[in-house]
Amino acid sequence: MEAKEEKKPSEKGQGSESVSMIRTLSIVAIISGILIVGAYQWTGPTIKKNKAEFLRKAIFQTLPQIKELKIFKEEPAGILVPLVGEEEKATRYFAGYDASGALVGVVVEAEGQGFQDVIRIIYAYSPEKKAIVGFKVLETKETPGLGDKIEKDPHFLENFEALDVRLDADQKSLVHPIEVVKIGNKKDLWQIDAITGATISSKAVGRMVNKSAGERVPVIEKNLSLLKGGS
Amino acid sequence: MVEGQGLEGKTTANLETFLNGLWKENPVLVTILGMCPTLAVSNSVINAFSMGVATTFVLVMSNFLISLIRNLVPKQVRMATFIMIIATFVTVAEYVIQAISIEIHRSLGAFISLIVVNCIILGRAEAFASKNRVIPSILDGFGSGFGFTLAICCMGAIREVLGSGAFAGVDLFGPHYEPWVVMILPSGGFFIFGLLLLFSNWLNQRLKRKGA
Repeated sequence: MEAKEEKKPSEKGQGSESVSMIRTLSIVAIISGILIVGAYQWTGPTIKKNKAEFLRKAIFQTLPQIKELKIFKEEPAGILVPLVGEEEKATRYFAGYDASGALVGVVVEAEGQGFQDVIRIIYAYSPEKKAIVGFKVLETKETPGLGDKIEKDPHFLENFEALDVRLDADQKSLVHPIEVVKIGNKKDLWQIDAITGATISSKAVGRMVNKSAGERVPVIEKNLSLLKGGS
Repeated sequence: MVEGQGLEGKTTANLETFLNGLWKENPVLVTILGMCPTLAVSNSVINAFSMGVATTFVLVMSNFLISLIRNLVPKQVRMATFIMIIATFVTVAEYVIQAISIEIHRSLGAFISLIVVNCIILGRAEAFASKNRVIPSILDGFGSGFGFTLAICCMGAIREVLGSGAFAGVDLFGPHYEPWVVMILPSGGFFIFGLLLLFSNWLNQRLKRKGA
């Protein structure tokens, strides 16, 4: 191996050395920026299509009985209208119907800060059972082997097979906010058993489901006739 | 390294650079670098292969760029520069993987972003690309990248066949095969890795003795 072929800037003194360091880093930063933006522009549309398809698949997994899906978006004052075409920022509600056309459940998206990065999930609300009946993690960068158990741990996922989210008398908020408890301490239907070694991730999921259900379930209940009619 | 030699000498040196990374200094089997992805995402062939390809892409591209600007980088900021370049290509790789398949992206999970801190890449940047010309650096990237892919795919194949009775998702033994589940768990990873090291060292010694 030959020695590093470097032009030593030592004779020119400290000033020019700093300048060359700053110059190098800036040039590299600009190149990096251009490369990343280029890659993003190039792959963006395909990624969007893939994600939409993945979301659709995930919805059918959370509510396996459904045969048909209709998408609604939330307007101000909590009114739902059918979503036509695509809309970036819309708050979406995916209503799933079985073969006979009856409403099985409504799937909504939620996200929140996890241990590493934002966790994105979907969950299914059943108006008939007044409970969350399905749950799936869409995106997570939680620690492999610990935090990422929120995706696979069967005991943790059992929490979402019937998670009580009944509304109070004036239909504005949950009677029992969702709580995350230490593993094995689940007593009530609105509690979530945490995962050992992944307390922060479990709590993050509990928090985002609680917040999202507190906002979304009242809207679903309010628009139930529209959702049931499916038109 | 190759300057001052004839064309033939150059080609031999280039080939040697490539083969060095692929076998003689295989990043996984000889220098034992990049253990984190090797053990973690080698539970199936497809995961292992995608990881290998992504790492090879980042290795080649970062080696290329670092070698190109090697004379412009003051040594005080070389680490910052290298990491910035590596992180850029990892981000690009992440976008491309998402465009190819969201499922692969999900099964690799956090390990795609973790390519940034894969010792193989920073190691090759520091030890080779920052001191050599562009062409040998690219070949070095391919050599180490293929070496990594080879090793991780061996692990993936063994673990998937034993642990799920399948190869690249295709069922091999039919419904009566009882999968050896421990193989796709972390402990199985260590076990197979140890055996793989044993085998490659045995093979190397055998080859050496034959050569001597």
